[in-house]
Amino acid sequence: MIDSKDLDPNFKYEVAAEIGGANINRCFACGTCTVGCPVREIDEKYNPRKIIRMVLLGMRERVLKSDFIWLCSTCYTCYDHCPQDVQLTSIMTALKNIAAREGYIHPSFKEQARLVSKFGRLYEVEDFDNKKREKFGLPPIKKNFDDITKITKDTLPKEVLQ
Amino acid sequence: MKYALFLGCTIPIRGQNYEMSAREVAKKIDIEFVDLVDFSCCGFPVKSTNAETSLIIAARNIAIAAKKGEKICTLCNACTSVLTEANKELSENKEIREKVNKELGKIGLEFKPGVEIKHFSRILYEDIGIDKISKKIERDLGKLNMSIHYGCHYLRPSELYDCFDDAENPSTVENLVAVTGAAVIDYKNRLECCGGAILGVEEDIALSMAKQKLDNITANKVDALVTICPFCSIMYEDNQRKIESKFNVEYNLPVLYYPQVLGLALGIDQKKLGFRLNKIKANALLEKAGVEI
Ligand code: SF4
Ligand code: SF4
Repeated sequence: MIDSKDLDPNFKYEVAAEIGGANINRCFACGTCTVGCPVREIDEKYNPRKIIRMVLLGMRERVLKSDFIWLCSTCYTCYDHCPQDVQLTSIMTALKNIAAREGYIHPSFKEQARLVSKFGRLYEVEDFDNKKREKFGLPPIKKNFDDITKITKDTLPKEVLQ
Repeated sequence: MKYALFLGCTIPIRGQNYEMSAREVAKKIDIEFVDLVDFSCCGFPVKSTNAETSLIIAARNIAIAAKKGEKICTLCNACTSVLTEANKELSENKEIREKVNKELGKIGLEFKPGVEIKHFSRILYEDIGIDKISKKIERDLGKLNMSIHYGCHYLRPSELYDCFDDAENPSTVENLVAVTGAAVIDYKNRLECCGGAILGVEEDIALSMAKQKLDNITANKVDALVTICPFCSIMYEDNQRKIESKFNVEYNLPVLYYPQVLGLALGIDQKKLGFRLNKIKANALLEKAGVEI
């Protein structure tokens, strides 16, 4: 049941203001996105058209707190197929970005952000790794990136790196 | 032809066979790779958390290449899409460019339009060309049957890639495999996603996505699956045993990076192509192709 006092009519504008979110209002609920979605094919709890409807209806808290916004595999199938050029993959990114700012980031993405911030890559590079690379005839790679640490500290939401 | 080789996070640590074979193939066909040590993560892993941070990290890498006057060659599909998207967005949108450049200014860099960014497979197809490659083939792989997994971000969103391939019915990698003499075996849903991006979110769904594809691929008799992205390879190769035990199935399907395949056909020693780093051993395939193990 939707209770209208829980709805936030401004939510769609909030999403539209995010990078890649501008086309959300164009959706006419045709369902092409859902039909071609490979995640949906495995698990029906994931339904991109429904997520867009929930956003347009203003179900802000329910969308931002939900697990399913993190399930988009960013395959861009819906992005290419949508007759209205809604750019759904980017809308999903926008929703995840807002959720991260509100403190609802999925732990797996939080960990990825922590690693990138600390090491400039998804992996910590140790001497051992560069020794191994040398054995394979590959050049050494850099271990730390102070400027990536700075960029992430300056621009990621505070709660993400805590 | 000269490119700065963009490795990203995963390849230099977990996909050295991809890197080794790409470097060897490049030497053989007159592509010069330069290494810029300051290249970092492409930005993709933080895009879901904050698209702006991802954009700035991507712009930083592009600016580093621009400073050296280099073009960028990528090996990973995710790096390709994030860097290409940032390049386009920042070249076309002055307002965003100024915002990003304000951040980059703090670390002494500036984004300027004009850096070419391409996936290695695209360079092989578009800039080297099948004809030129075919003249360098020294070993016919005609006894081998291979299926291809493209991976999403090599093709989509199609608007990013100037239609160099048909996103609905691509053929660039088919042509690149076919030039080695190997037969390319089509299979059901060949363009579907590997699931890699959500492995850490819901492992069950991600592994089911990969399983479905492995089922479809092994419905035919193939000697190997060919990939062009480390994320996809991790799903099909590193996670193959896990999928086998979880779903009580058996595949034993070697997963090769495309430059390993081309490298064999160019007559390069399999040791230099990193075959011993492949987790699903490809010895049967090498023997079949007449390669010394
Ligand atoms: S395909 Fe596009 S228009 Fe159709 S429901 Fe999905 S987002 Fe809306
Ligand atoms: S981009 Fe996300 S929502 Fe769209 S089809 Fe792929 S997994 Fe589904």
